[in-house]
Amino acid sequence: MAQVLLEGIHKVYPNGFEAVQTCSFTIQDGEFVVLVGPSGCGKSTLLRMIAGLEDITEGTLKIGERVVNDVDPADRNIAMVFQNYALYPHMTVAKNMGYGLKNRGISKAEIDEKVREAAAMLNLSDYLDRRPSQLSGGQRQRVAMGRAIVRQPDLFLFDEPLSNLDAKLRNQMRIEVRALQRRLGTTAVYVTHDQVEAMTMADRIIVLNGGRIEQIGTPKEIYNTPASTFVASFMGAPPMNVLNATVGSDNHVTLDEGLELPVPAPASSSGPILVGIRPEDLILGEGSTPFDVQIVEELGAQRLLHGTLGGQAFSVSVSKDHEAATGTIPVGINPGAVHFFSCDDGFRI
Amino acid sequence: MAELTQTQIAEVPRSRSRIKLSTVFDHLILIAGSLLMLMPLVYAFITASYDPVTIHREGLALTFGDELGTNFEKALFEKGGFTKTVDGMVMLKNSFILGIGFAVGKIIISMMAAYAIVYFRLRFATFAFWIIFTTLLLPLEVRILPSYEAIQRLGMANTYSGLIIPLIASATGTFFFRQFFRAVPEELVEAARIDGAGPVKFFIDILVPLSRTMIAAIFIIMFVFGWNQYLWPTLITTDESLFTLVRGIKQIVLTYSDAAIPEHGQALALAIIAMVPPVLIVIFFQSWFVKGLTESDK
Repeated sequence: MAQVLLEGIHKVYPNGFEAVQTCSFTIQDGEFVVLVGPSGCGKSTLLRMIAGLEDITEGTLKIGERVVNDVDPADRNIAMVFQNYALYPHMTVAKNMGYGLKNRGISKAEIDEKVREAAAMLNLSDYLDRRPSQLSGGQRQRVAMGRAIVRQPDLFLFDEPLSNLDAKLRNQMRIEVRALQRRLGTTAVYVTHDQVEAMTMADRIIVLNGGRIEQIGTPKEIYNTPASTFVASFMGAPPMNVLNATVGSDNHVTLDEGLELPVPAPASSSGPILVGIRPEDLILGEGSTPFDVQIVEELGAQRLLHGTLGGQAFSVSVSKDHEAATGTIPVGINPGAVHFFSCDDGFRI
Repeated sequence: MAELTQTQIAEVPRSRSRIKLSTVFDHLILIAGSLLMLMPLVYAFITASYDPVTIHREGLALTFGDELGTNFEKALFEKGGFTKTVDGMVMLKNSFILGIGFAVGKIIISMMAAYAIVYFRLRFATFAFWIIFTTLLLPLEVRILPSYEAIQRLGMANTYSGLIIPLIASATGTFFFRQFFRAVPEELVEAARIDGAGPVKFFIDILVPLSRTMIAAIFIIMFVFGWNQYLWPTLITTDESLFTLVRGIKQIVLTYSDAAIPEHGQALALAIIAMVPPVLIVIFFQSWFVKGLTESDK
């Protein structure tokens, strides 16, 4: 158990590519932090720097009370779970799990006990003598988790561990991973590109984009008060509608095609602005703003209506008992659910 | 071969007459090829059943004589050669030492070389690899005089190490292992690093077991190659107790002492004996061989 401190961490590859821009944050003891972002945003690089698999160009990394910038991965007392499991194919499940302990010179009996304990926790007791190739994807992922658990590390690192599993299994493993982490109380850093995983698992989410941290916050904060249009459109499915608008001198918000929105403009703003509204924050059939529905997507629990609002692409999500058809319908906008972003840099106003 | 033909039939069940024709044709080619390969062997085996005088007078035969057992026994157990100290068993042993030493040595050296090239951030790793690779253009025959000179000066002539060591650097082996190691997933290396496996442990605990089919395949190739070495053993061993089988056959044919007729029957018997171990190794390790070259256990 340990808190992890990143101070001015910065990564530039030898070819000059800046993978991670200078960033600082602290991961509290026992916290489950998810790094999320599109591919190439630097989330994996950041994780690999914490693991010690990648050199830190600049900055200080502390795990617990110790600065570990130059400490070998094996001595950082961390455990990592990889996307493709990275199990040793020629070893049995038990040996896979015990290999790290064996290298630390722990006695055979003790390894055996720890492996059994972890296996019981992960429902793997019957498979200890099997090879990874004889296991299913979910079981392999459990073995990879087991390998992490037996070491009793200060810190778990997960690198997209569920990406290779099918959707159903992924949902199940998501809960299992979370429950396990809660139970062990070990600090965890989890990398994913899947915003659902990030929202459901995290105590805190760190959203990255292009090597820069866009926002750090609890899932609720990230969802309800996104710091930028990037966060707003990346977190949440369907993504937030972002409309180009102008704040006139009379403090009215007007869409580019001249349609006026019934919401008050934010204080001390004028000129072009971006207006964000989540699809589920709209009330169909009320209000006066005309929404031209072109496609209705049936999702079972809800319906997604895609179309245009004032000439700009727009989506509305309604519950399943709400009848919907194509054509123009009025939508009501709840002024409290509208987000405003700067037109220059996309940041929240 | 039988399997192959069967699948061919199964694949195209229609238009029977044409299949029959092509199958017959295929078989004719296969049979002709097999005969071409086998006939010399059959000749050698049958002729080995005659005494040297008959062979000398009548040449190769196609019907069995009555000296087969005697010739094989003599070939294996009669002390022969110039000094009368070496028999077939000794030569068989020497051939095994050369074959196995050659194969194992090549595997160890080339695995380690490939390991260094693939996994360590060496400055000139690629360059080093290509240098190793170009030595394919310099087989032993080209550099045989300097090699002989070096080994002679080191006092390693007429020793097993002198017989084996100069031959064990292998560009082919290095190349195969390099390709294999490059295909090992990066995450496996990283997982091992986090598990606290240093370079040596990673090599022994992870890489060697992973490569075992590859090792088996290369072992077969190299064993047969080493077993059939002729030029180098001829040059470096003058002591008859170090003679290999391949070398021994020639020795028998060349013994024109006391105006005696060379023991052709024994020589042929010895040639057959020399052929058996490589054939057995290939048969037994066949499945490993195919596995090692086609699939990977990663």
